[in-house]
Amino acid sequence: MSSTLTGRRAPKLWWNVLGLLVFVTAGFPLYWMLNTAFKPARDAIDPDPSLLPTGITFANFGRALDIADFWRPVGRSMVVSLAVVVIGMAVGLLAALAISRFAFRGRKIVIVGILAVQMVPLVAMIIPVFLLLNDLGQYDRLTGLIITYLTFILPFTVWTLRGFIVNIPKELEEAAMVDGCSRTGAFLRVVFPLLAPGMVATSVYGFIQAWNEYLYALMLLSQKNQTATVWLGNFTTKHGTEYAPMMAGATMMAVPIVALFLLVQRKMAAGLTAGAVKG
Amino acid sequence: MSAADTTTPVKVPPPRQAPPPPAAERPRANRPSGGTAVPWLLLAPCLLILALVMGYPLARLVTLSFQKFGQSQLWGFQPAESVGFGNFAKVLGDGEFWTVVVRTIVFAAGAVVFTMVIGMAIALLLQRVSGWLKVLITIVLVASWGMPVIVATTVFKWLFDSDYGVFNALLSKLPGVEMIGHNWFASGPEGLAVIMLLVVWGAVPFVVITLSAGLTQVPKELEEAARLDGAGAWGVFRYVTLPVLKPIIVMLTTLSVIWDMGVFPQVFVMRNGHPEPEFQVLNTYSYDRAFVVNDYAQGSAIALVTVLLLLGVVAVYMRQMLKIGEVE
Repeated sequence: MSSTLTGRRAPKLWWNVLGLLVFVTAGFPLYWMLNTAFKPARDAIDPDPSLLPTGITFANFGRALDIADFWRPVGRSMVVSLAVVVIGMAVGLLAALAISRFAFRGRKIVIVGILAVQMVPLVAMIIPVFLLLNDLGQYDRLTGLIITYLTFILPFTVWTLRGFIVNIPKELEEAAMVDGCSRTGAFLRVVFPLLAPGMVATSVYGFIQAWNEYLYALMLLSQKNQTATVWLGNFTTKHGTEYAPMMAGATMMAVPIVALFLLVQRKMAAGLTAGAVKG
Repeated sequence: MSAADTTTPVKVPPPRQAPPPPAAERPRANRPSGGTAVPWLLLAPCLLILALVMGYPLARLVTLSFQKFGQSQLWGFQPAESVGFGNFAKVLGDGEFWTVVVRTIVFAAGAVVFTMVIGMAIALLLQRVSGWLKVLITIVLVASWGMPVIVATTVFKWLFDSDYGVFNALLSKLPGVEMIGHNWFASGPEGLAVIMLLVVWGAVPFVVITLSAGLTQVPKELEEAARLDGAGAWGVFRYVTLPVLKPIIVMLTTLSVIWDMGVFPQVFVMRNGHPEPEFQVLNTYSYDRAFVVNDYAQGSAIALVTVLLLLGVVAVYMRQMLKIGEVE
């Protein structure tokens, strides 16, 4: 095949070889997770493992579900993430509208504040948040975790929605208002439909962030109320770590999230980088 | 700053069309006061929530770090009393703290440099490979980007397992290398190198995708012109591509610094919830002081010092974001 390549095409071949190398290296951890999850458990503890699948079994998934209750942690994660996204979107959309569509004194400070809040490391906050929830009687309650997750979901939502809103030309709204729409009417009829895809993407992304959070879930809920990430983080048995079921558990955690992420990533990347080069 | 100011008047007209009731006030409408209440009303719920879940804990973090606060204060047996700068003196006077600071900075610097260099290399590579391969690489990158951190960490734990990990098995296939049974986490530097690999693997996709989007905006004519003027591949990259991408690179680098200084779950889960002293980074160290040693005040003081260390980087990041915001 390579002999037919002209001199000008040869570099392309080398770039492709390099690209394949990147593909294999970057994808290997994912591949190995799936490979281990579906391989018979005894093949997983082979000191010289076969790189190719050795047979397909679902036994590891059954074992993973046996070792510790899986569905209740998943249910809790679901409740927390959905609640956070719903509250975050409702409150965040109003705030995003305020900072992107209104000129008012203090707007700049609000923008800086929301950006700054995003930069506070979550880990630094864990001690006072723990004490706060302890005082409010919300320790080990899902509501406490929901409130806490708003610390990072809310600024993120406001900032991202703002990015989507500023990309919708103001003239559209103005035209609608000239034609007799009220400001609210113009928003509902003109801006909202255009904003909907961005809102869906932001919600999904926020959902993923809440779902993936580990530290707060670990600290603010006891073992009996653990969420899905903590479930996976605690994945050890009396007999030490059983890696094949653990990879099965990891697969169950990762596949839906990765699928969601693949769906919304393009939209989010566009929102994140819009205008970034113009600076 | 000036850009935002000059655009303000342009943004005023709409309210004039919209709300019929305040029409009476229109004569003195040279101040944008007509709708001042509306944006604040819209902002109110958001600001209220942030004040409760962010403002209060932040203030508490600061006061806490000036108090004596342990188990007995937590359960209310003793009131928290002020100790002035006592916690800071204890933290800053502790040799172990400085070891942790240096370790965290070296770790973060390594992770950021690798992330940015590898990310840039892959982004440039993506422009040169065939279309089908570009699609494949992008899918793999986005999929690994979307992997929950905890999942990625458990997978890496398995890859680097001493007895059955595939990494040791693969290394042992090289002639003269016998790595089966090698424990990567027996020593701090080796273990942290594995954790760094995990962090870089997780961070590169975001950098590649963002830089790729930026690369499509580099004007082809500029590159052409540089080439005609005799610039080689490196010259074009150095004098055309890099300057155009600079805002994105600044944003990505500062974000990476903030994220990599803040690694927690990767170290925590990799070490089964009990990082050994030679694995402690600032965040795990602060956690350890607060929740293992039960000295919440000292833990807060360490967290506060971490935040202060990051302040400079955050300032650069915010300036960049605001610049971008102004152009819009």
